[in-house]
Amino acid sequence: MSSNKHPAISVQNVSKDFKLRGNRKETLKSKLISKVKNDKESLTVQSVLHNVSLDINEGEFFGIVGRNGSGKSTLLKLLAGIYQPTKGKVGVRGRLVPFIELGVGFNPELSGRDNVYLNGAMLGFSEAEIDQMYEDIVDFAELEQHMDKRLKNYSSGMQVRLAFSMAVRADADVLLIDEVLAVGDSDFQRKCFSYFKKLKREKKTVVFVTHDMSAVREYCDRAVVIDQGEITHIGTPNDIAAEYEKLFINTSNVGAQSGTEKRWGTGEVKYSNPEVEINDKRISITLGYKSDISAENIIFGVQIKDEAGTLLLGTNTNILGMSSSVKKGSNRIEWQFDNILKSGRYTLDVELSSAESGVIDWWSDAVQFQVVKSIATPHLVQPEISFKAKK
Amino acid sequence: MISKTLRKRYHYPFLLLRRLVIVDFKLRYQGSVLGYLWSLLRPLGLFAVLYVVFARFLRFGDAIPNYPIYLLLGIVIWTYFVEVTVSSVESIVGKGDLIRKLNFPKYIIVAASSVSAFINLLINFLIIGVFMVVSDVDIFYSRLPFIGILLLELFIFSLAISFLLSSLYVRYRDIRYIWEVLIQAAFYATPILYPLTLVPELASKFIMLNPMAQIIQDMRYILVTQQTQTISSVFASQAARLIPVSLVLVIAVASSVYFRNRSRYFAEEV
Repeated sequence: MSSNKHPAISVQNVSKDFKLRGNRKETLKSKLISKVKNDKESLTVQSVLHNVSLDINEGEFFGIVGRNGSGKSTLLKLLAGIYQPTKGKVGVRGRLVPFIELGVGFNPELSGRDNVYLNGAMLGFSEAEIDQMYEDIVDFAELEQHMDKRLKNYSSGMQVRLAFSMAVRADADVLLIDEVLAVGDSDFQRKCFSYFKKLKREKKTVVFVTHDMSAVREYCDRAVVIDQGEITHIGTPNDIAAEYEKLFINTSNVGAQSGTEKRWGTGEVKYSNPEVEINDKRISITLGYKSDISAENIIFGVQIKDEAGTLLLGTNTNILGMSSSVKKGSNRIEWQFDNILKSGRYTLDVELSSAESGVIDWWSDAVQFQVVKSIATPHLVQPEISFKAKK
Repeated sequence: MISKTLRKRYHYPFLLLRRLVIVDFKLRYQGSVLGYLWSLLRPLGLFAVLYVVFARFLRFGDAIPNYPIYLLLGIVIWTYFVEVTVSSVESIVGKGDLIRKLNFPKYIIVAASSVSAFINLLINFLIIGVFMVVSDVDIFYSRLPFIGILLLELFIFSLAISFLLSSLYVRYRDIRYIWEVLIQAAFYATPILYPLTLVPELASKFIMLNPMAQIIQDMRYILVTQQTQTISSVFASQAARLIPVSLVLVIAVASSVYFRNRSRYFAEEV
């Protein structure tokens, strides 16, 4: 196919550095002083992307995943022409519209109607073109009654609806979408997903930055993992989702450096080295602990929260009807349960207490881990569910 | 063919510019009772104060026919220059959020506020026209085309300064204070209140090199009274006008180039 010969987006050996001014030379005076003193401006160069090369074909739905601060949003802004590469070249064929954020240019002082025309101009529509689609935009946003109100009197949900209603009108060959899905309720997310399906049907080129592996599996044709400013993997959505998960297992011990408010207790016994092992069937959590005392009637507890902080499941040895004890020195414990979690990021709290001393070690967010399942679900949990037709 | 590629290239900037000018008008006097009238009342108010002090008490204008209109014309032109340049300083930084999320021609931001102020200026000129008819000033119709050229020079000069200030401000936040002081000084260094005859000859030569002084005095010469001094009478040479005019062109080219080069990095610096 000819489309394969002409990538819609080509990124060639692109590097991007940001100059961070150490003690920000933002005033002329400091600039003059540093000239006089002949000290070199104390520039710290932060290298965000190194030597990235990438071709995205016409009509491809392309995912970019990576941890926060990995450089994926910077890459998206380079594609959008918002940033200029320090080295290398970025080429885009066709009309490009970026959605780094919904409702770019919205002005809270203007009415909904005026904002439609303003945002429309940003997206490249003339007044006549917006006149034509105005009714549809308002209908789709379900805001007929509110178009003459100022935007600042809209609820945030109404603003998102209006912005999204504008965005789906964008007439582009290439769309860049940066975690738009992170905002809004499930109803809005459904609208987003059906928009994605429409983009796929129309064979638009889409570059999609996300943390949501189920969306990557469902929509992307290909994806990349970016880590520390480099493309570490490129491949099928399934492979990429698996690689993404590995990133988190290696650095899961986020609680270790976290502040004191997330961890409290008498400290006679302390947890250490939490590890999470996940397969499709079971999840196992192992923890070390070091004890200064030997004691009976100790209660071990664990609970798991999803990204929204909802307590999904948890228990302790008291509920389980077990009596446990600790001995002086180092030991390990293990928790195991069925993997009923759906794709997403979870955090784990662990607890150790006794009737006499109260809380000995309570460690919130001790580990963060990622679950990747091949099938997406809108429901809270995803246990194995079977179905059988009976005679 | 050429017009088609030009249209394609400037279609987006133009519709964006148009929309931003409309928005600027809608927002400017939103919530004020007199609304748009303020853009006429503000120069008139300043005029009233200066007229009482300088014409009535200090008797600056005794030697000049139609001094009230002479003064009003100077104030209207000066107010335009101040409005455009002062509001331009923070214009790029103020739109930082937008610049970080969309790639669009940044000069549109500066140009839009310049265009909307220019429309105000034209309406102010109409008011001056009404005053002229009422107070029986002789109008030389054959000279009116020169007003267009002078307005163009004024527009280009103000826009050029705006490009320079707005892009410098992204890096150096002192620009705002420096410009506030400079523009105060420039008000007195420009013959707006006082006739040039009150100034020593050498000083008046120096003063007239300023494009704003040249524009204001030429405008007065055409519209109000031929008894006022222009750059050609101060230097006794028509060619002298080329100095401020070429100054405007040089500043316009230099500031456009500077703005264009800097604007590639606005997104990461604002």
